[in-house]
Amino acid sequence: MSEIAVRDRSAFAVTVRPRSTWRQFFQQKSTVAFFFTLPLILLIAVLVVYPAFYSIYLAMLSKRMDRFVGLANFTFLFTRETFWMVVKQSCIFAVTAVIFKALIGFIVAHLVHTLPAEGQRKWRGMLLVPWVIPPALSTLAWLWLFDPSYSAFNWIIVNLGGEPVPWTGDALWARFSVILVNVWIGAPFFMIMYLAALKSVPAELYEVAAIDGASWWQRLWYITIPMMRNIIAITTLFSLIVTFANFDIVRILTAGGPIDQTHVFATWAFKLGIEGGDIPLGAAISLFMVPILTVAAVFILRDINKRGERM
Amino acid sequence: MAKHYLTRRQLLATTAAASAFVAAPYVRHAHAAGSLSVGFWDHWVPGANKATEDVVRAWAEKEKVDVKMDFITSQGNKNLLTIAAEAQAKSGHDIFAFPTWWPHQHADQLEPVNDVMAELIKQNGNVNGTVEYLGKAKDKWLAVPATVGSQIKGPCSRIDLMKQHAGIDVQAMYPAGEPPKAEQWNMDTFLRAAEACHKAGVPFGIGLGQTTDSVDTAGAIFQSFGAELVDKNGKITVKSDNVRKAMDYYKRLASFLPADAPAWDDASNNKWLVSGRGALICNPPSAWAVAKRDAPQIAEQCWTHGMPAGPNGRYAPFLPYFWGIWSFSKNKSAAKSLLLALSTHDAIAKMVAASGGYDLPAYDKLTTLKTWAEEGPPKGTLYHYPNPHNHQTLSIAAAPAPPAIAFQIYSQAVMTKMVARHLQGEPLERTLAWAESEVEGFMRG
Repeated sequence: MSEIAVRDRSAFAVTVRPRSTWRQFFQQKSTVAFFFTLPLILLIAVLVVYPAFYSIYLAMLSKRMDRFVGLANFTFLFTRETFWMVVKQSCIFAVTAVIFKALIGFIVAHLVHTLPAEGQRKWRGMLLVPWVIPPALSTLAWLWLFDPSYSAFNWIIVNLGGEPVPWTGDALWARFSVILVNVWIGAPFFMIMYLAALKSVPAELYEVAAIDGASWWQRLWYITIPMMRNIIAITTLFSLIVTFANFDIVRILTAGGPIDQTHVFATWAFKLGIEGGDIPLGAAISLFMVPILTVAAVFILRDINKRGERM
Repeated sequence: MAKHYLTRRQLLATTAAASAFVAAPYVRHAHAAGSLSVGFWDHWVPGANKATEDVVRAWAEKEKVDVKMDFITSQGNKNLLTIAAEAQAKSGHDIFAFPTWWPHQHADQLEPVNDVMAELIKQNGNVNGTVEYLGKAKDKWLAVPATVGSQIKGPCSRIDLMKQHAGIDVQAMYPAGEPPKAEQWNMDTFLRAAEACHKAGVPFGIGLGQTTDSVDTAGAIFQSFGAELVDKNGKITVKSDNVRKAMDYYKRLASFLPADAPAWDDASNNKWLVSGRGALICNPPSAWAVAKRDAPQIAEQCWTHGMPAGPNGRYAPFLPYFWGIWSFSKNKSAAKSLLLALSTHDAIAKMVAASGGYDLPAYDKLTTLKTWAEEGPPKGTLYHYPNPHNHQTLSIAAAPAPPAIAFQIYSQAVMTKMVARHLQGEPLERTLAWAESEVEGFMRG
């Protein structure tokens, strides 16, 4: 049995000086944490919060920016045929690209996971190359491959006896091209996230399942996917936001053409706001991304929270 | 509190010092006339910025002004982003190089330069109608036409291919050093030539994309048919006979253009000519200059000349740059003085020479500088580039609509989109209805 020596508390009461309220305030953990994060908070305030509110202000100005028009720019957009086309295209672009990125990332992560540890690093490094190259640079290379008149792909197709493909000249092919480049750049991110998730699944679960006679498919469905669900959800949400707000790939590859049929919100906002000198309308277009992405974020995060509570 | 009295000596000393300070002569130091910051367009021709730099430095030396120059590229619209940022911040350069439509966009934020323009017109001759349309709002000159960056996007033809496949001798039609003999060079001849060259496998390289080269050619062809989407009073005239005629012509022409023309950007036509795949493009002499460097055998066969005439006349796309003074500039008098210095005959001749004939002054008396007559090979290839015989009307797509609306028609490439839609099989009336709806949207205040 252990003995606990208890001192007379009154002895302390005499020697300890009453601490000032300020000192107490600064010694609190939450205060220290706040001061540690303050630089980041200021950075976000200056680079994110201020521009966000400023763009809301800009979106409520007239074309010449000389008077306040309220929500007129937003209601005007609803009457534009091109706006609805851009909404449709942005959704097609983001959803299709994210699905393919997730699928390819999942498959490749499993393939890499099965490799012996020594060879794995080499493969991981190589597979990450598309993701680490600045997208503007790699998209330029893709542009040369898809060039309307000098496409390297077409050169091969024609030499094999086929007809040249209008990669960026036809709406369907142009959409295919921008999605393909986005998938090529973004799939390694999914792969590395999924690989990390795979490595965190306890090996005992698979051993037990193997003893119970579970098939490969059953192990995947009942162990791997449930254990990876949170990572899948967060990666999907993150990628959906980034893909939806994509600018560089579409801008470099098609500049929104042909006939505006590959524009997404960011490129159309730039076209109207900067190239067309209509900054308020450009700001209004870019703000339309917020409610759409908020809905997606709420659904995905709610699902993660629910599962967190269940655990 | 102790009082402090001035002694007689102190009073005398102070008075003498004050008198000396007041009576001191004005000493003109190195930057006595203050400072000036200028944002020029960064020329794509290597070494072309140097001519501007030399003119500015000589002026700064003489006027004792501390000048800071920035050459801002139009790649990725860096110059447009800078204009937008400076207009918002009401701070930045004193003088800025504004592309075509931008003086009107910022009309309220630009210092009037009527006094400068009056002097320049007296000195260099009148400016063409497009410069006035783009650089003047009512009676206020918003900016001064800049030589650097201004260009005509007329045809640049392959002498050999046009002769061989279309039976057209472009050198005889536009002889160097002489007025054009191009009465037969009209839209029908142009269409027949396009068809012949297409059959021969060297189609005309005219884009139907959404960048300026495509839009400019479409604008000139529409104007030669008298096809206006919006008239000068701001009335929508999309569903007019002239627009229908222009669309019908363009559809026939488009069938002889490269199949991927709707995806072309401003680099595509250059590549088309330099690679030897086409018999004609519509561009300033940049493509020829690149060919001179990379494919001299093709450059030797290039001839820059005028546009074909349509029922409404002969129109050539002209895109002027402007030098404007922001109203927030703190040294407007020095800025105006510099604008005058940049537009003297000698300064302009230097700029034209440094750009290999690419840059164009907007003034009547300056279209026959020796650079255009001497540049080659072949010698005289650029003689007709600056329109020395006023053979064609220099215009910009979407004019004469009020500039605020015309700018939207231009920047949204409404005309080339109309052609591309119709070419894809959309009925003409549906295309016109779409264009009308787009233009209605541009009327928004």
